[in-house]
Amino acid sequence: MTKKILLITLLLLTTGFFAQKTYKHIALINATAHIGNGKVIETSLVVINTDKLEVVSDIKGIKLSYAAYDTVIDLSGKHIYPALINTNNILGLHDAESVRATRDFAEVGSLNPHVRALIAYNTDNKIVPTVKTNGVLYTQCTPRGGLISGSSSVMALEGWNWEDAVLKADDGIHINFPRIIERKYNEEGESTLNPNKKYNDEISLLTKFFSDAQSYCNTTITTEKNIRFEAMRSVLAGNANLYFHCDKAKDIISVINFSIKQNIKKPVIVGGKESYKVTAELKKNKVPVMFNRLFDLPDNPDYNVDIVYSTPYLLQKDSILFCLQLEGDMEAMHSRNLPFQAGATVAYGLSKEQALQSITLNVAKILGIDHKLGSLEEGKLASLIVSEGDILDIRSNIIISAYIAGKPVTLTNHQTDLYIKYKNKYGIK
Amino acid sequence: MSKNRLLLIICLFILFKGISQSTFPTNGAPFNVHTTYAYINANIFVDYETFIKNGTLICKDGKVISVSEKADIPKEAVITDLKGKFIYPSFIDIYSDYGMPEIKPTSRNYQGPQMESVVKGAYGWNQAIKAEVEASRMFIHNKEKAEEYKKNGFATVLTCPKDGIVRGSGVLINLTKGKENQSIVKDNAAAFYSFNKGTSTQDYPSSLTGAIALLRQTYYDAIWYKGSVNKTEYNISLEAFNKLQDLPSVIEANDKFNDLRAAKVGKEFNVKYIIKGGGNEYQRINDIQSTFLKYILPLNFPEAFDVEDPYDSENITLAELKHWELAPLNPAEFEKNNIPFCLTLSDLKNKSDFLKNLRKAVQYGLSEKAALKALTAHPALFINAYDKVGALKKDYYANFFISNKSIFEEDATIMQHIVNGEPEIYTDLNPYDIRGNYILNIENKNYELKFYGDAVKPSSQIKLDTTKKNINYSFNNNLISFSFPVDTINTARLTGNYNLVDKSFAGKGQWANGNWFNFNLKYVSMVDTAAKKQIQKKSELNLGKVIYPFNAYGEPLPESNGLFKDNWNKFKNRYSAILIKNATIWTNEGDSVLRDHDVYIVEGKIVRIAPNIEATKLAFAKVINGKGMHLTPGIIDEHSHIALWAGVNEGAQASSAEVRMGDVINPEDINIYRQLSGGVTCAQLLHGSANPIGGQSAIIKLRWGHNAEDMKYEKTDGFIKFALGENVKQSNWGDFNTVRFPQSRMGVEQVYVDFFSRAKEYNTQFASFSKLSAKEIEKSKSSAPRKDLELEALGEILNKKRFITCHSYVQSEINMLMHVADSFGFKVNTFTHILEGYKVADKMKTHGVAASTFSDWWAYKNEVMDAIPYNAAILTKMGVVTAINSDDAEMARRLNQEAGKSVKYGALSETEALKLVTLNPAKMLHIDDKVGSIKVGKVADLVLWTDNPLSVYAKADKTIIDGQIYFDREEDTKLQEYIKTERARLIAKLLKEKQKGGKTVKHESKRQRLYHCNTIEGVSEEETGHR
Repeated sequence: MTKKILLITLLLLTTGFFAQKTYKHIALINATAHIGNGKVIETSLVVINTDKLEVVSDIKGIKLSYAAYDTVIDLSGKHIYPALINTNNILGLHDAESVRATRDFAEVGSLNPHVRALIAYNTDNKIVPTVKTNGVLYTQCTPRGGLISGSSSVMALEGWNWEDAVLKADDGIHINFPRIIERKYNEEGESTLNPNKKYNDEISLLTKFFSDAQSYCNTTITTEKNIRFEAMRSVLAGNANLYFHCDKAKDIISVINFSIKQNIKKPVIVGGKESYKVTAELKKNKVPVMFNRLFDLPDNPDYNVDIVYSTPYLLQKDSILFCLQLEGDMEAMHSRNLPFQAGATVAYGLSKEQALQSITLNVAKILGIDHKLGSLEEGKLASLIVSEGDILDIRSNIIISAYIAGKPVTLTNHQTDLYIKYKNKYGIK
Repeated sequence: MSKNRLLLIICLFILFKGISQSTFPTNGAPFNVHTTYAYINANIFVDYETFIKNGTLICKDGKVISVSEKADIPKEAVITDLKGKFIYPSFIDIYSDYGMPEIKPTSRNYQGPQMESVVKGAYGWNQAIKAEVEASRMFIHNKEKAEEYKKNGFATVLTCPKDGIVRGSGVLINLTKGKENQSIVKDNAAAFYSFNKGTSTQDYPSSLTGAIALLRQTYYDAIWYKGSVNKTEYNISLEAFNKLQDLPSVIEANDKFNDLRAAKVGKEFNVKYIIKGGGNEYQRINDIQSTFLKYILPLNFPEAFDVEDPYDSENITLAELKHWELAPLNPAEFEKNNIPFCLTLSDLKNKSDFLKNLRKAVQYGLSEKAALKALTAHPALFINAYDKVGALKKDYYANFFISNKSIFEEDATIMQHIVNGEPEIYTDLNPYDIRGNYILNIENKNYELKFYGDAVKPSSQIKLDTTKKNINYSFNNNLISFSFPVDTINTARLTGNYNLVDKSFAGKGQWANGNWFNFNLKYVSMVDTAAKKQIQKKSELNLGKVIYPFNAYGEPLPESNGLFKDNWNKFKNRYSAILIKNATIWTNEGDSVLRDHDVYIVEGKIVRIAPNIEATKLAFAKVINGKGMHLTPGIIDEHSHIALWAGVNEGAQASSAEVRMGDVINPEDINIYRQLSGGVTCAQLLHGSANPIGGQSAIIKLRWGHNAEDMKYEKTDGFIKFALGENVKQSNWGDFNTVRFPQSRMGVEQVYVDFFSRAKEYNTQFASFSKLSAKEIEKSKSSAPRKDLELEALGEILNKKRFITCHSYVQSEINMLMHVADSFGFKVNTFTHILEGYKVADKMKTHGVAASTFSDWWAYKNEVMDAIPYNAAILTKMGVVTAINSDDAEMARRLNQEAGKSVKYGALSETEALKLVTLNPAKMLHIDDKVGSIKVGKVADLVLWTDNPLSVYAKADKTIIDGQIYFDREEDTKLQEYIKTERARLIAKLLKEKQKGGKTVKHESKRQRLYHCNTIEGVSEEETGHR
């Protein structure tokens, strides 16, 4: 990477070059297109028509009629990727995390399926613009807290308001499934793993809630409306995902058993730090995994130091449908590091295209939006990014342009503004 | 002296000795007993090493008169024949809280910090210093607790409340049945200390590092108090503390590393502590040995874990499994290494396990002689009481117990315990041996019944049709009673008399319906008594090895007969030379990156960098093929909180300059190994950011396997943590924390001005006193000023001997601290975090301060909303020495990638970016003359990467410190295999234990907490926000 390219990039970033024009029919030519399904086209033709991808093909042998397009952009040496999708994240639901007034991601109470993250999603949030700059253009805006936290929605990272930004409203409900063994901290600076004393109570509570909800949804005579049960309708009917947050092998097995018993059609494991231990069960029941933050420590000093880094490879090897997510400390801010977490799996066994798939097409499949997003395929939404180089490696992840459903995306943010302001102050390059 | 006079003295002596006098009035006639007791034909342990077969013990008035092979038994003596039985001097426990008031844990309804002591009166400032406590004033007998001791062989205990860091003086007592006055053997027998503040509700100290500092400061205060000629206060606590200094000192440490910490404090003040250990000392026995101190050891061996669920048993760590197996070795290891020790009953959850565990320790290699010594002579000697207790010699207390056989035999029973001459009888000295096969006849129906096993208290079983049923019976004063179900409806209840002649029982019973019947229990034959449980010899136990460190990814020492230390050196110095061939060398010398070069390392140093160094001439060197790999200097983490024990923040006061992170290093933290796998070779362990003036840092090299002292980087400059902003003004600590000064950035400045002004005066005071001659001191009637550890550390900053790393975020406060420093004539060394450094980069350059920042963190609190990922690049371009640090155990494993972010954000060159985590932090820590670049003559702290080190695709393949390989992917695979097989072996052993009917317990696992800057003990992360 030369400094010149960086300069141009910055120039583009600052002037909002792409953002100013409004073209409807765009041909992007000669870039290396990473489709998202494992395939790569070295010199590609990608055509955007209004909001959709009209053509995605090898440019070799195609005679381009320049007049047919509003603009043709030569991207020789550059790379095109499908928009990256962030999942299971409170991005958009807070600004300064420790300031209570800005926190909008958790409710009180334990059974809150009716709580919807979508309406608290702030399109003018301070963190969101910094995430787009690295190629992440969608997020599954997810609530936290309680046993049942509420429902998440898939949002674009650009929009006038949440109605404008939403791609899929209420895609599923999130459960913090009771843990058989719990971690607690004591005053000597140690944490203890002990059997969860409330386990049976919590399981009974959930079981009762599900059967009551099932019964409520099956009956036609409802004199009293129960908004918690109402919220369960799409999940119980199999039209939405049920996200089970759990990590330990035995908890995952419990979740699978619970899903079968409650006839849950679309269960998803979120976290699944020990999912590599139960791949047979996951595969048999076709349960996908939204895998734990990759940059995390092993749970046990005896474990292989690289066990978390290697788990995506182990899931891939056993044909488990999985994607990566970042739940944990400072997850909103870290959303911009999603591509690098995917990249880091490559040193532990995944191919680069498989790594890419874990933050694009696999995500779309799990969320049930793969007819619209996740790969550069004709007919899907024209949501893509153009980079100077390999987006999975930090040094070459330099996004020069991006589109959400055919509309150019602003890639500058508060931080790039400050950068320029202070560079000017000091007169440095 | 005339003969008559001598006679008179002798007469008086006899008279006074003969008549026991009491200050207590008697209601009715006094009940004075002066009987002489003779115990004959006994196997007597006079002391731990003197044994008399068929000897006679004579005692009177609670004291021993004589012990001999053949004694003239006084005519008036009451004789007890102990044929075949054993007499042992009673055991002594010098770590007890017997008879002390119960210590109730204090639960303070949290209403904000408690800065001052709540104890009223002329006492010291800190509630945890209870030097004035005198156990003798609180001591009240407790019959139940006394029984626990006596049944385990103990008759004498040294007791003191187990509460506080200085606990006061203990009292040595006999567990007599009489008045407390008659029980005290020795008042003020020892002084007690610990690192645990106990029930003190005062906030300070809130961490181990604070507790150590408080204890040290108390010693210094007491020295000053004693010597000061013009002190302005009377301080009961310090008065008492000074008196304690004449006594033996016992310190509760409870863990191998805490033992070493205690030893270090002792060394500073020339105190030879008797250390109460934790039972895991065998894991570092050579370090323990080199303290040259005495130890008190508990016998609380871990219970076997329940491992039947394979998922759940994954939560049990290798260290826990190994400790379960090896803990009984602990006393034997002390004996083997000639470390004086005694044993205590304390820490045992189930006190009745004591003798069982003692026998287990013997089974694991402890000699019986050493075991007896540890229970008698040693404890007595440790507290200077071996002229009264611990042996059965003339004028010693008549404290001894009688057992039916050697106390180390599996089925030995303590039959009587004589304390101060008074017997406590547990079983008949000559019990009837009722073992045998019997026929029980009830109304013409016969049942087979047997008594078997232990001769003193046999078990019993009855045969009912096809099943066998155990019977609970009582047998006292010739009368036996028991019951058993005859069928599903009817239960027989029987009581009968024993007939010694035909060894049979006869008596009456009653049915459930109330009808009586006669029964007869007739002796038929003796049961087989030979079937005794075979005790495995130590060599048959198949014990695993101690690993270094005692955690996963530790290694056992190789077989060798040499001294431990030599072994260790051989073990780690596997290669005296390493040759790395054909690697890409990121030298960090200018922008130089050398392709296809070799680096040759000898005895820890880089000696040659060139292409094609001939390997054949260096046959003894380990040759590493670096083709396609990248060699960089080791990663240095300027801001780390790993490898620390029990707290990183001593945040109760605005300044905690007196605390030292070097006191609380935990060399077994698994994160050391994990970070080696990410190429980290060196880290600065910092105090947290809870207060404007934090504690002193420790710089360590990640020498996995070594002890805490050996991990410390040799001869570095001193550093100290400061902090600014939200954490120190407690913005995110909840509504109650609005008490401690400062609560705003305005106050923070004044904290510094105040402390540095005082430090300056302190320096002057000491400087002028040191100039005085002895004569002048006497003439001016002055004395040495009080050594204040806090001002001492701050004084070092003013004298440019200690350097500040300051946690900082917002430009205003950064600017402020530089001004404060300038006004006191020193420079701030490093601003850490420094997320708004880019806003004042020019001022920082002028001041000459370095910046150690995060690559891209922000938005976790209000003061970081203007943080930008371009910060490191701007600062670097402005000429400020800049580093990227972790402050996080996970992120430290990939600081190389974090450095790579400065290529993306701000377009630093790749060589500049690498320096952010290598050379630049070395500069900040003043160690860049030794490490940080690859240059001939420098120390070989190096990392070999599989790819460009700034890439997410790179893995550290080998991490080298001091020219030794501490992490190697290939070795790592072998270690994983070792962990797997060792776990499998131990789990199989545990399963066998359970199948044999051994007791197992559900595992409760403990993990060390991960620390960040803002981690406050007792306050959850939720309450404190982030970083």
